[in-house]
Amino acid sequence: MTAIESNDTRFSTAASPAASARPAGRTWWTGAFAALLWLAAAAVIEFWPEIIPAPYGRELAILAVLVAALLGLVLATGPFLGKTAAWIRYYGPWFAVAAVGLGIWEVLTAKLALLPVPFFASPQGILEVYIDDWARLGESVLHSVLLLAKGYFFGAVIGFTTGVTIGWSRAAGYWVHPILRLIGPLPATAWLPLSFFIFPSSGSASVFLIALATAFPVTILTWSGIASVNRDYYDIARTLGASRWFLIFKVAIPAALPHVFVGLFMGLGTSFAVLVVAEMLGVKAGLGWYLQWAQGWAAYANMYAALIVMALMCSSLITILFRIRDRVLSWQKGLVRW
Amino acid sequence: MVALAQSDFREPAHRTGVQVDINAVSHQFELEGEPLPVLDRVSFAVEPGQFVALLGPSGCGKSTLLRLLAGLDHPTAGSLRVNGETIADPDPSRILVFQDPTLFPWRTVRDNVALGLEAQGIIRTSGDRVDAALRLVGLAGFEKAYPHQLSGGMAQRVALARALVNDPRLLLLDEPLGKLDSLTRLTMQAELVALWQKAAMTAVLVTHDVEEALFLTQRVLVFGPRPARIVADIPVDLPYPRHRGDPRLGELRREALQHLGLAASW
Ligand SMILES: Nc1ncnc2c1ncn2[C@@H]1O[C@H](COP(=O)(O)OP(=O)(O)OP(=O)(O)O)[C@@H](O)[C@H]1O
Ligand SMILES: [Mg+2]
Repeated sequence: MTAIESNDTRFSTAASPAASARPAGRTWWTGAFAALLWLAAAAVIEFWPEIIPAPYGRELAILAVLVAALLGLVLATGPFLGKTAAWIRYYGPWFAVAAVGLGIWEVLTAKLALLPVPFFASPQGILEVYIDDWARLGESVLHSVLLLAKGYFFGAVIGFTTGVTIGWSRAAGYWVHPILRLIGPLPATAWLPLSFFIFPSSGSASVFLIALATAFPVTILTWSGIASVNRDYYDIARTLGASRWFLIFKVAIPAALPHVFVGLFMGLGTSFAVLVVAEMLGVKAGLGWYLQWAQGWAAYANMYAALIVMALMCSSLITILFRIRDRVLSWQKGLVRW
Repeated sequence: MVALAQSDFREPAHRTGVQVDINAVSHQFELEGEPLPVLDRVSFAVEPGQFVALLGPSGCGKSTLLRLLAGLDHPTAGSLRVNGETIADPDPSRILVFQDPTLFPWRTVRDNVALGLEAQGIIRTSGDRVDAALRLVGLAGFEKAYPHQLSGGMAQRVALARALVNDPRLLLLDEPLGKLDSLTRLTMQAELVALWQKAAMTAVLVTHDVEEALFLTQRVLVFGPRPARIVADIPVDLPYPRHRGDPRLGELRREALQHLGLAASW
């Protein structure tokens, strides 16, 4: 009966995109199920006594309840929350699995201590780190991002410039190519002892190492990008009256940009590796150093907490680079989405 | 009416095509250390404003000759002159439309067409020519599209607009309609004639298609197999607009095919 009655209102609103996007009033069962699982996880955390009493069990349970409440909200409001709600709906199954995972982890560590105790931190143990040590963690993230940004920036600029130069000028290629072939494949970390000795501070040495690690892939890919530009592009531009400057900046470089971005992605990957090593061995700040420090104190919960933050940081940086690429290369079809 | 007559009166001096003189031009490439002769003492002249077709077997050197005329390559021997001056470098008054449209994929249709004006640094003062050129080839409304969003025929028309926007005095067309379906091809043929008449330029068209050569141009030069030399110079003495069914075209076609060594099949 209700279906028939509402038929006619649906018909009249079908023209508006919001109405047509609504999945016809069906209950989001996955969401309901996931919310129940989060409530169950909260109950396990709250009511099952811990084998070794630890703080912040209550806070963890509250967090789980909040997640359940969020799922409930999306369930109740349907698509009115817009993009975020759509995102949560899409990851509904993940929310369900995450609740189960959290429950199992909680039971194995905090409740039964089935996993070797100091090495496997409990969920509330990690939450404790975020609540008690957020300042130090935050400062570490800031240090890491700053150091990485400096090194990556110099590396990308130098790599790009070198790549364009040797791709364009035969003479430059003649002199740079052998050097690149010899030095390029050497892992940047191999320079570590030497650079900490040569550079005035461990900070500048680390910037150098990260720049070095970034510059190699960016150079190679930019170079190959410039070298593989369709010769006809140059001929066309020349018949249209293009100067040398125009050929480099308006033909060669735009045509090579897809390659350049591959180099930038590879460079970002290697720069992460060098960043962590440089921080562990040199600068005494940043997430790499935090990991090292946590190990020294056998503070395994801190280590997990820092690893999670580091993963988020790296993933976000990659995402930012993808966004920039999508914007710059919007003319390409079939871009890989991140 | 008066304005039109006046501008017609003022313009002709610069609004004509160029005179082209090709004198004993030979060209050869290196292929695996061996010299590969491509053009063999080719000589001919094109009157200002004339529309000429070059017809010849595949690989005989037609594209090579157009590249020489564009100034992209230099002949091994002989000379090419435009209005008496030897062709030394590419120049926007002589534009080559390539066999492939070869649009720049990172530029929109509009920016592709604007390429020449941008390269010459006159985009600010003559930006409206871009819109005019786009209208001329019937692509108004596609300014913001990227090349990968165009059909083959549209891409070819963008390439044509990119050439025309520079107001060339010598237009070199290398099989510009080669990749189009037969229907688009017929439409574009008519458009090409109209464009040539409107722009009053000298035009050289390379094509494989005998009918196309005869339907469009005033004179068909037939090349022999590589190394190319001219085996026939056929004037097409028909007024425009022409009709595809014209019996005279049939006669000329038989003549051209004969020179191409294909008489037996007709
Ligand atoms: N850059 C080059 N290096 C070596 N050989 C070349 C080069 N360009 C063209 N050739 C050779 O010159 C000959 C003529 O080439 P060209 O492109 O002028 O032929 P074409 O008459 O335009 O043929 P088609 O009608 O098939 O386009 C071919 O045999 C080709 O292999
Ligand atoms: Mg050709």
